[in-house]
Amino acid sequence: MEKIILKDIPDLDKIDVYISNGGYSALKKVLTGMKPDEVIEEVKNSGLRGRGGACFSTGMKWGFMPKGNEKPKFLCCNGDESEPGSFKDREIFEKNPHQFIEGSLIAAYAMGIQAVYVYIRGEYWKWINIMEECVADAYRKGLIGKNILGSDFSVEMYVHKGAGAYICGEESSLMNSLEGKRGYPRVKPPFPAAVGVWGYPTTINNIETLANVPEIINKGSKWFSSIGDPKHPGTLLYGVSGHVNKPGVYELPTGTPLMTIINDYCGGIRNGKDFKMIIPGGSSMPPLTKEESLTMKMDAESLKAVGSAIGTAGIMVMDEDTDIVHVLQRITKFYYHESCGQCTPCREGCGWMLKVLNRIMDGTGRHSDLDLLISVAENIEGNTICALGDAAAWPVKWTVRKFRKEFEAKIKDENIELPVLNKVHGLRKSDEYVTIDSDENTIVESLIGKVQEITADENIKRYSS
Amino acid sequence: MKTQEYTPMFDESEMQTVKMHISKYPKPMAAVMPLLWMIQEKYGWISVDAMRYVGDLLSIPHDHVLGVATFYSMYFKKPMGKFHLQICTNVSCMLCDGYKIFNHISDKLGIKNKEITPDGMFSIEEVECLGSCATAPMLLINNKEFHENLTIEKTDELLAKLRNSN
Ligand SMILES: Cc1cc2nc3c(=O)[nH]c(=O)nc-3n(C[C@H](O)[C@H](O)[C@H](O)COP(=O)(O)O)c2cc1C
Ligand code: SF4
Ligand code: FES
Repeated sequence: MEKIILKDIPDLDKIDVYISNGGYSALKKVLTGMKPDEVIEEVKNSGLRGRGGACFSTGMKWGFMPKGNEKPKFLCCNGDESEPGSFKDREIFEKNPHQFIEGSLIAAYAMGIQAVYVYIRGEYWKWINIMEECVADAYRKGLIGKNILGSDFSVEMYVHKGAGAYICGEESSLMNSLEGKRGYPRVKPPFPAAVGVWGYPTTINNIETLANVPEIINKGSKWFSSIGDPKHPGTLLYGVSGHVNKPGVYELPTGTPLMTIINDYCGGIRNGKDFKMIIPGGSSMPPLTKEESLTMKMDAESLKAVGSAIGTAGIMVMDEDTDIVHVLQRITKFYYHESCGQCTPCREGCGWMLKVLNRIMDGTGRHSDLDLLISVAENIEGNTICALGDAAAWPVKWTVRKFRKEFEAKIKDENIELPVLNKVHGLRKSDEYVTIDSDENTIVESLIGKVQEITADENIKRYSS
Repeated sequence: MKTQEYTPMFDESEMQTVKMHISKYPKPMAAVMPLLWMIQEKYGWISVDAMRYVGDLLSIPHDHVLGVATFYSMYFKKPMGKFHLQICTNVSCMLCDGYKIFNHISDKLGIKNKEITPDGMFSIEEVECLGSCATAPMLLINNKEFHENLTIEKTDELLAKLRNSN
């Protein structure tokens, strides 16, 4: 299978090597022979869908941008890549950075963009340096800046370094962060194409999405749409991690069977074991059971059919010995930590789900906790400003539903005395609340001795295997 | 050592970089993140005085800078160890013994999450996924260097190397 992005050409990250392999010819082609609308039409026809998680049609998104140049317009390239299990954009920065730069220049031409901002997560220090170097190289060759390749098209490109916040990958949060504010997501509408960064029309695209564009221009939309699944064409950079023999990034067509990726490319499950659960597209996406995984094809529509999604195509594989409750607890801890705190359902709900999962892990959970988890998740879902709320709710809802037995196994049946003070309801046994009206601490201490506070660090120790 | 209080001040060449950052954006406020990075590069952490200084450079309110600095986890609001070890324990790392590495380092250095060794050499922090899931478990040093595919032996070697580099 021919690769679109991670081609097997040595030193392709060097601009001269990239150019001598046909690089920047797509940019030349659009500048000399295509109208902006023709470029948008071509991308629309190719069927390219966003690789940042939401899978939206890229050509359509570009088409939402207002025409004309009365107002400045901006393109933000989303290299925040913080979804647990995703590490593909990093591979593009390292292996084929100029194809991404070329793609964003073509996008800029198509939408009449004045400046392109490449937002990269702060932890990617090494790759930020690489990108700054690559952008400077492209400036030196006259590929970015004033009158590119002698045309009347001009655009600037800047790299913006993040500083550690998962939420800044959400497009409206990214724009606030770029403006030099706290990364709070914005209420939509208005959508970025109408009111974006600094109030101007803006498009946000993932790095991998943009890296696909030069080849679509070079080889045509027909060629692109014939690769992989017709409804979600092209290749994906599948990032496989967890209990496989050869984890890594594999570029393969959409619709590739999950088992082909795991067995043929990743060398199967470690230590000859069987697997229990697979998360198909980064930690936000509902997990797959073994039965679902065996026949699953990796594209947007196939995953949607079982209530999951392709997300960032970050595949996390868990073998038969994995403690699923522990995995879900760790995922929930992540969302609790990363919630920006603007919406009550997300801010409080993530904390509640984590507390309930903590007590199930501790062996002090109740049977009703499982329905409680699903109920909290369903009350977060759809009731928040941005999709982080959904991203936190989905794994909880679906992991509990699909792996209920694992959770039940950790819940004991007997009614045990718990040395835990519930600040709202008072002291409780494992299945009943006892209300405390006066000086609660004294009463609790007389009943069960000193109340233990569990610190985060003790949690780490206790839950590690 | 970089852990002390300091008087924030950019020299002439650094002021050129400040100007360059401001010129990248339509509004000066947008340069607050790059400027906070410059402060942290130079002094190791970001003091409240430094936030005021950045606010003055950009003519934006001091509390706005405070708001930004406290939103992002990579800006250190207090001095860290000379080597700040950020150990990922998110799912893919956890599946590959990330907690074992965390606990090993914690025990070996005798410090807990977000603490510093008495000699100021090391501090540790449990962090979220750093995009190295295929090369798990991993840790990051001082927001910069990735150390991947860790084992207990490799971790010990790394700690020894860092200690000797002083
Ligand atoms: C909480 C959250 C985090 C996100 N993180 C990222 C990210 O790190 N990278 C990314 O490209 N998109 C991320 N997205 C999706 C973006 O909001 C946006 O849909 C995407 O960048 C659009 O680009 P595309 O159409 O090319 O996929 C995130 C969304 C949410 C809700
Ligand atoms: S859903 Fe969560 S992360 Fe998103 S805006 Fe609301 S509180 Fe913030
Ligand atoms: S889970 Fe540790 S780097 Fe992704």
